[in-house]
Amino acid sequence: MLKKISVILAALGVTATAFAAPMLINGAGATFPYPIYSKWFDVYQSINPDARFNYQSIGSGGGIKQITAGTVDFGASDGPMTDQQLADAPGRLFHIPMVMGAVVAAYNLPGVDKGLKLTPDVVADIFLGKITKWSDPRIVSVNSNRQIPDMPIIVAHRSDGSGTTFIWVDYLSNVSGEWKLKTGKGTSVNWPVGLGGKGNEGVAGIVKQTPGAIGYVELSYAIKNNLPYAFIQNKSGNFIEPTIESTSKAAAGVSIPSDFRVSIVNSPNPEAYPVSGFTWILVYKNQSDPVKGKAIVDFLKWAVHDGQQYADSLLYAPLPEDVVAMIDKKLQEIKY
Amino acid sequence: MSRKDTGDIVFRRLMMFFACMILVIVAGILFELTRSSLPSIRKFGFSFLFTSTWDPVFEKFGALPFIYGTLLSSFVALLLAIPIGLGTAIYLAEYSPWWVRNTVSLLVDLLAAIPSVVYGLWGIFVLVPIMRNHVEPFLGKYFGFLPFFQGPQYGVGMISASLILAVMIVPFIISVSREVILAVPQVYKESAYAMGATRWEALISIILSYGRSGIIGGIILALGRAIGETMAVTMIIGNNVKISASLFSPGYTLASVIANEFTEATSDLYLSALVEIGLVLLFVSIFVNVIARILIWSVQQKQLSGMKAKLQAI
Repeated sequence: MLKKISVILAALGVTATAFAAPMLINGAGATFPYPIYSKWFDVYQSINPDARFNYQSIGSGGGIKQITAGTVDFGASDGPMTDQQLADAPGRLFHIPMVMGAVVAAYNLPGVDKGLKLTPDVVADIFLGKITKWSDPRIVSVNSNRQIPDMPIIVAHRSDGSGTTFIWVDYLSNVSGEWKLKTGKGTSVNWPVGLGGKGNEGVAGIVKQTPGAIGYVELSYAIKNNLPYAFIQNKSGNFIEPTIESTSKAAAGVSIPSDFRVSIVNSPNPEAYPVSGFTWILVYKNQSDPVKGKAIVDFLKWAVHDGQQYADSLLYAPLPEDVVAMIDKKLQEIKY
Repeated sequence: MSRKDTGDIVFRRLMMFFACMILVIVAGILFELTRSSLPSIRKFGFSFLFTSTWDPVFEKFGALPFIYGTLLSSFVALLLAIPIGLGTAIYLAEYSPWWVRNTVSLLVDLLAAIPSVVYGLWGIFVLVPIMRNHVEPFLGKYFGFLPFFQGPQYGVGMISASLILAVMIVPFIISVSREVILAVPQVYKESAYAMGATRWEALISIILSYGRSGIIGGIILALGRAIGETMAVTMIIGNNVKISASLFSPGYTLASVIANEFTEATSDLYLSALVEIGLVLLFVSIFVNVIARILIWSVQQKQLSGMKAKLQAI
């Protein structure tokens, strides 16, 4: 009798603590937005202490896999899911853009500071291995005011799968038919030439250490490592410096579909930096747990409004106003 | 006579259980690897081992460049590590005063304990600049007529990766060889001196005969480590899927491609191809081990038949 009572009391005690503990919401995915997601979770904790967020930056591919498998409450990816991947998911998945990032071409040329002008076809041919020397007339002719040393070009790219790669090769596929045919776009591709580095840090490391190297990294990595980066010519013909403003402009004026799965590389906006992209959070339209579902939607709403003020200092580009308005409408469609 | 003691029976069964666990684990690994790589095996078959393309976008996968990279980097590393390792072991066992032996042995053990990632970082920041600015130009200038030392000098590449691997596997060769040489009975050395051998003649002949299998065991252990080594290699080798004769060019190994691409592999075929690379790596290790053991066995057979012939002649 006493044993039965103590078991019941123990069970009640356990359930009581379960109710008192804050709810844990798990997410996993892209490494690129990890710094700002961490900041948001930290700040949001003081606004809504009941919801605790846990995020594992395992990569965009991992994020897509885990949300499809249902092991996490939300996923995160720098590259949009394909139709096939969406069809494989057990429910309807929404892509919610969070912030924007720019991918820059960082280089190591003795005597050449940031601002080397590169046209899209030159960038593509460098990464295809067709332009092999910095003294190539196609580079020199656009940079007549600079002294470019005669060195071989050493290309650096990512050895791991990455959303940064996706944005970069998306751009190359857009501006070069040969690239699209030969290499294509994905988070991991069969690079025609170049050395592979692991992570943005790996590529930045190769570029920093190897004279004559050129590689693509996220803007924040180039700035933090004091790497000079190129001004790439956009669709309107202007050579644009990659900044937070020019990145945000890439989305303004582009027709954004209602599912937000859009590529904004080579944007037609005359002031836009051409190699920009969104990073998305992936959530199911029908949330199985009403309490968690409400918490996630509330957080997302906060992030795309108040959370955007933290983007600048962490070197991300905030979402433009019209995109935020579209997101608000989309968030209302989530059922919990 | 034999009392049935329960303690004995339990002990024996328990030890047998542990031994069986090893078999179960190996079988389990083999089974799981094969199961997960079935889609890729079905699609590519044996051509997987001979294809040189690795294209995740168009989903064409082949393991040849990685097999080449793994084998080349491991063997060059062995080539560098064996003379240094054996030489150090002989010095420590035979010539050095006790305080040198103990200190150096301690340092060698420390070297073996350094994590792979730390070696990789040291490689990127210290070794690669030295290779790019001093060693590779020197080799290219004086030995450039050989196909091994031709081509652009990046710093990262096969030769740097082999060097790092050599540093990582040398402690194993030293430890095992030193123990083997120390274990040689004094009487053999004294017999050799009695025959009029000089110090180094005695050492070489004794080590080559008495200590042979132990030392080769240590070398196989070191080779096993080199084949599977991941982090340090992937940071230094350049990660370029190409087969090239030049040691200066970047390469790619089986372990590196798995480490780099596994977490982000999006499609099922891509994942299964990576698991198949793991299976290939397992078989490469087994294959190399088996070849090495056959070599030892055949040398021993020759030695035995040689001794038999000499005995019959008497």
